[in-house]
Amino acid sequence: MANKDAYWAKTKSHMIVTLVLWFFFSMVIFMFGSELNSMSFLGYPLAYYMTAQGSLLAFVIMLFWTANKQEKIDEEHGYSEREDD
Amino acid sequence: MFKGGFIQNLPKIYGLYTGGFAVFILMMAIAEQAGVSAKNIGVMFVAFTVLIYAFIGYLSRTVQVDAYYVAGRQVPTVFNGMATAADWMSGASFVALAGGVYYGGYTYMAFLVGWTGGYVLVATLLAPYLRKFGCYTVPDFIGTRYGGNFVRACSVFVLFIASFTYVTAQINATGTIASRALGIPFELGVWVGLISILICSMLGGMRAVTWTQVAQYIVLIIAYLLPVFWISNKIGAGVFPHLMLGDEVARLGELEQQFGLVKNSAADIKAAGVPGGLKYISGPHSAVPAGGMAVWKYLSLAICMMVGTASLPHILMRYFTTPSVKAARKSVAWSLFFIFLLYSSAPMLATLSKLALMDPNLPTGIIGKSISEVQSIEWVKNWSAVKQVFIADFNGDGILQLNEWFMRGDVVVLATPEVAGLPFVISGLVFAGGMAAAMSTADGLVLAISNALSHDIYYKIVNPKADTAKRLIVARVLLVIIGAAGAYIASFRLTSILGSVAWAFDFAMSGLFFPLVLGVWWKRATREGAIAGIIAGILSGLTYLLYVYPKFSVAIWGVAHEPWLGIDHLRFGMIGAPICLVVMVVVSLMTKEPDAATQRMVDDTRIPTGKAILGKQH
Repeated sequence: MANKDAYWAKTKSHMIVTLVLWFFFSMVIFMFGSELNSMSFLGYPLAYYMTAQGSLLAFVIMLFWTANKQEKIDEEHGYSEREDD
Repeated sequence: MFKGGFIQNLPKIYGLYTGGFAVFILMMAIAEQAGVSAKNIGVMFVAFTVLIYAFIGYLSRTVQVDAYYVAGRQVPTVFNGMATAADWMSGASFVALAGGVYYGGYTYMAFLVGWTGGYVLVATLLAPYLRKFGCYTVPDFIGTRYGGNFVRACSVFVLFIASFTYVTAQINATGTIASRALGIPFELGVWVGLISILICSMLGGMRAVTWTQVAQYIVLIIAYLLPVFWISNKIGAGVFPHLMLGDEVARLGELEQQFGLVKNSAADIKAAGVPGGLKYISGPHSAVPAGGMAVWKYLSLAICMMVGTASLPHILMRYFTTPSVKAARKSVAWSLFFIFLLYSSAPMLATLSKLALMDPNLPTGIIGKSISEVQSIEWVKNWSAVKQVFIADFNGDGILQLNEWFMRGDVVVLATPEVAGLPFVISGLVFAGGMAAAMSTADGLVLAISNALSHDIYYKIVNPKADTAKRLIVARVLLVIIGAAGAYIASFRLTSILGSVAWAFDFAMSGLFFPLVLGVWWKRATREGAIAGIIAGILSGLTYLLYVYPKFSVAIWGVAHEPWLGIDHLRFGMIGAPICLVVMVVVSLMTKEPDAATQRMVDDTRIPTGKAILGKQH
């Protein structure tokens, strides 16, 4: 497999992992909103916390993680941009 | 100042700016102590900040095409993040979000998840690839990837509908804030707002908008966070409200039990003469409504806002300005971080504000007190006079019940500092923040529309031989025309007819999301597929909107229709986008595979290094 194709295959599976996490924090959690709300986190009902702050924070962390991981994939395949580009 | 080391000096320049703004706030606080009137402080706050933005806009003037369209592609990651956050958070986010949470509770917060989760789609599916492509505008990508003027024009059409729906609401918000802060009529306020918006963008295009948006972000985030922290500490709710309001949320649940959540009948509300747009608390703050339909409504709203976010051109084009593909990815992460700072504070502000009014143990509590006593409170008098709050004694017992207190959602942000007894200087700051939020979004939108018209329609289709000077003149003339058209519509207060800003998201997702994503991720997508998808998506979405929105449906069919599967007018993208996808895939498979050159172009788009598809000047 050419380098280019291997790179794209890895990028694709990385994309899928990110979107699975995204789906979990944006959708799956809120499918069980009323069940989760009986638990608590920092004193907040859990589903309330997730929609007010938790999922939002998860997205922020996810984006930094996903950008760093993709940079590593770039490097492995020699597609890393020079800083002065 | 803008020569040589400008980019290297950015942290220093904006550090000084932030310090200067802090000094200005202190000066205003001193002026207030010295007896300057509240009204004059409001005027000075708005005038001072708008003058600064105009000054930045003037310094960033340019005669170069790539500076005008993409800020010369040299905006550093973090600063682009701030600019995007300001671009994103509109006057509506700033003024209305906390009010939405205040009344809508858990259910409304689907907007918070939607308006942040969408950035995950932006970062993984689109931003880095569009940056590599090297386009000036979003239709520039569609037009080049699929090839041909017709598909380009179709995407400009979708961009225009989505962004114009949004921009009138923003100009409306600038007008409202300018009129209140400066004490001028709304119709005049709209034009004052427009002129401020144009000064920031006309001379320098994207470059000027970028640097003013960074400045506007700093003002709006200070204006939002300072009151939240101050109030939380003042009423003893917690030093760090975001982590410490658990007890307060629980307390609101108790108070809801104690006062009872009563629904007023429409007839009662009408008979009492409650002014339009005012609401009362009838739903729970943190409880999750039961049932599958409630879950579906939450999820479908979140989906529409997320997918819409990833298709809004004024956001996507911010990532064309970074120096590299890598920087574009990181920049999305920083954008979301800066957005998170405000969005995670809105529910806290709503909680504090609600508690301040509802808790009888707090000196600010009004529910359960006698109505005559409440009516003599200074802030109640002021806001009643402008029909922003209203008391209707339904049961005639002279005591204020929870369902008898009406208030406009915006008041939560604009009046809470006053309610909690903070000095007026904070209210002045909040006005300046609201103005910054509305201006920065309006700037981004007006620029997105006029750039698409000047680059994609005028230069690419009408007159490809135009020289740089002519292109930039056309771009600026269009900018003024679009802005004036938005202000003209806003000045007639027609925005109430246009419904909700959510429509912009639904339009964008119906017509643009799949053509953009498949353009990168599916080589087999063809021009015919894209054209059919865009047209089918936007038409089906629009038709469903006409069908489901009562005002339209009554005008056309004479009756209001029941939403199908709970898909109401806020969620019509749930109809448009899937139709767009299916039509686009089917038609693509039925037509001839894209030629080798196009496939190579897609291959190149997927790799961060190497030349951009479209040259530096195009």
